[in-house]
Amino acid sequence: MTAIPAPVPAAPAAIRARRRALTRRMLFRAAVTAVVLWSVAPFLWQLSTSFQRDRDLSSVTPHWLPVPGTLEHYRAVFTDYDFSKYLVNSVIVTVTATAIGLLLAALATYALARLPVPGKGVVLAVVLGLSMFPQISIVVPLYLVLNSLGLLDTYTGLSGSYVGLALPLMIFVLYAHFRSLPTQLDEAAAIDGAGLLRTLRSVILPLALPGIAAAGMLGFITNWNEFMLALAFTSSPEHQTVPVGIAGFQSQYFVPWGDMAAASVVVTLPLVLIVVLFQRRIVAGITSGAVKQ
Amino acid sequence: MGHLAFFHRTPGHSPLRGKHRAPSLEQPQLTPGPEGPDDPRRRVPLRESSSAGPRLMGIVLLAPALAAVLAVSLYPVLRTLWLSLNDAGFSTGSHFTGTPNLSRLLGDDLFWNAWWRTVAFAFGTTLVETALGIGFALVLHQSFRGRGWARAAVLIPWAIPTVVTSRMFGWIFDGQSGVANYLLTRLHLTDGYINFLGDPHTALATIGLADIWKTTPFMALLVLAALQTVPKELGESAKIDGASPWCTFRSVTLPVIAPALLIAALIRVLDAFRVFDLPYVLTGGGPADSTETLSTFGYKTLFSGLELGYGSMIATAAFITEVLIAAGFAYYLSRRYRALEG
Repeated sequence: MTAIPAPVPAAPAAIRARRRALTRRMLFRAAVTAVVLWSVAPFLWQLSTSFQRDRDLSSVTPHWLPVPGTLEHYRAVFTDYDFSKYLVNSVIVTVTATAIGLLLAALATYALARLPVPGKGVVLAVVLGLSMFPQISIVVPLYLVLNSLGLLDTYTGLSGSYVGLALPLMIFVLYAHFRSLPTQLDEAAAIDGAGLLRTLRSVILPLALPGIAAAGMLGFITNWNEFMLALAFTSSPEHQTVPVGIAGFQSQYFVPWGDMAAASVVVTLPLVLIVVLFQRRIVAGITSGAVKQ
Repeated sequence: MGHLAFFHRTPGHSPLRGKHRAPSLEQPQLTPGPEGPDDPRRRVPLRESSSAGPRLMGIVLLAPALAAVLAVSLYPVLRTLWLSLNDAGFSTGSHFTGTPNLSRLLGDDLFWNAWWRTVAFAFGTTLVETALGIGFALVLHQSFRGRGWARAAVLIPWAIPTVVTSRMFGWIFDGQSGVANYLLTRLHLTDGYINFLGDPHTALATIGLADIWKTTPFMALLVLAALQTVPKELGESAKIDGASPWCTFRSVTLPVIAPALLIAALIRVLDAFRVFDLPYVLTGGGPADSTETLSTFGYKTLFSGLELGYGSMIATAAFITEVLIAAGFAYYLSRRYRALEG
């Protein structure tokens, strides 16, 4: 099939087949390389940028590698911009919201997946439908509620909102996993005299641990990256999260590309690590158990 | 077949059962979720299931999550709807006025431009993401050494905060020191440096590219999951029959993954329609409003213009558009697959 010039019909079929296989393998390698390069190149460029001196960054010919490098941008991020504040805020808000959300989601999913709750199909459909609402159509009423409760610009206000926002996603990830456990487990636990909560705690939760981990990571990433609500609900660096901090990066005289790159690397590295370490779980989580494990 | 089981988790979809059953197009199983849990084949044979105990317990366990979800989505949407019929400010309080906000919206060119732009952005980026996502998934579906690493690499853009993506693309496409300009001029694809984000002709496309980079992994993963439901035997027999790879893909693979593809595309369109972070950080809606989306337009009206009533009307319009898009997809899916079934 490949473009073999006409005058070589004498080439034995075996050689032709081998050549074709080789071409195909090379094409495939090229495709893999392209896919990986497209995915990681912008981040690698950000990484390289974060170690380059400002004068190299503004030169006409870009330097691909940070030689000679500098840690100046990282120093600026943590001293001039006081970025650790945003990091701490993000960790507090995200971890609380994800933990509470995970607990609520696990209880609810247990009920939906394994208990005879009336109208569970409707509940699932409603929860899924609600997760599709655009944030712009919920931001003001939540703002007004938080305002009347005195919770604007607080950890509680923001992470409270996040609990509800990440729940639908978590429920759908957990649902697949809870549903895949055999019903005999519940029966056996009941015969052994375990109550429903005991069954959940000692039988279902341990077995659904992979699903819980996946739901937790997806929820964490969603909350960590959320921007619009954080922008609207927090106004001081004491409570603003990382995305708000990065969006607000400004310098008086020039665009601080190096500082921004350093800050980006700092907030992204944990996520990249999560992805590299737990690739399999996350894939299974996003595809909601549809992937054979 | 376990494609995108969010919508229809019936027992036949569990990976275990699916393995032994060749998925058939006669049973596309796109029936909406509700019948799933009450499917008689699956009814949980808890001994107490007739008594009120587990049922009550179920409701008790469900209540907190349901309350949280309703509190941060249903209630706010309804209140936004109500606010859109009011003349309201953050400090001035509000009073009911009826439809003035609506007539203002319908006559507002800024709104209509933003609406069309957002619709075009959502469908345009989704189209490219679907095509790219299929390509990525086909590559990642093969087995090769280092596939785990390749999959992890592909996930990276998805995990990066959108605000960070904005900064990355702002730097890459900078008009003066951007590496994109350098490469394009070196390759003689452009004559001089382009101010990608400062030019009304290129700004939206640049933001679209950032969105495509960020969300193609999601698409690729959903397609990958769908590909794993395609039985190997189908591809092999097509090969034996002498079908080319492209022909096999079109006639064997694509029909099987089509429902999952449509649902994934729906999720993407709805998500892209809300686009906010990228334009807000990269251009603030400019230059000359060329990147103003419904979300940035609404946000500015609400929080900079402090027009609660009119801003809520814009938000309501965004919400209704999303509902219409979802309904359109659902209608198409149900019609198409009912036709196949019958």
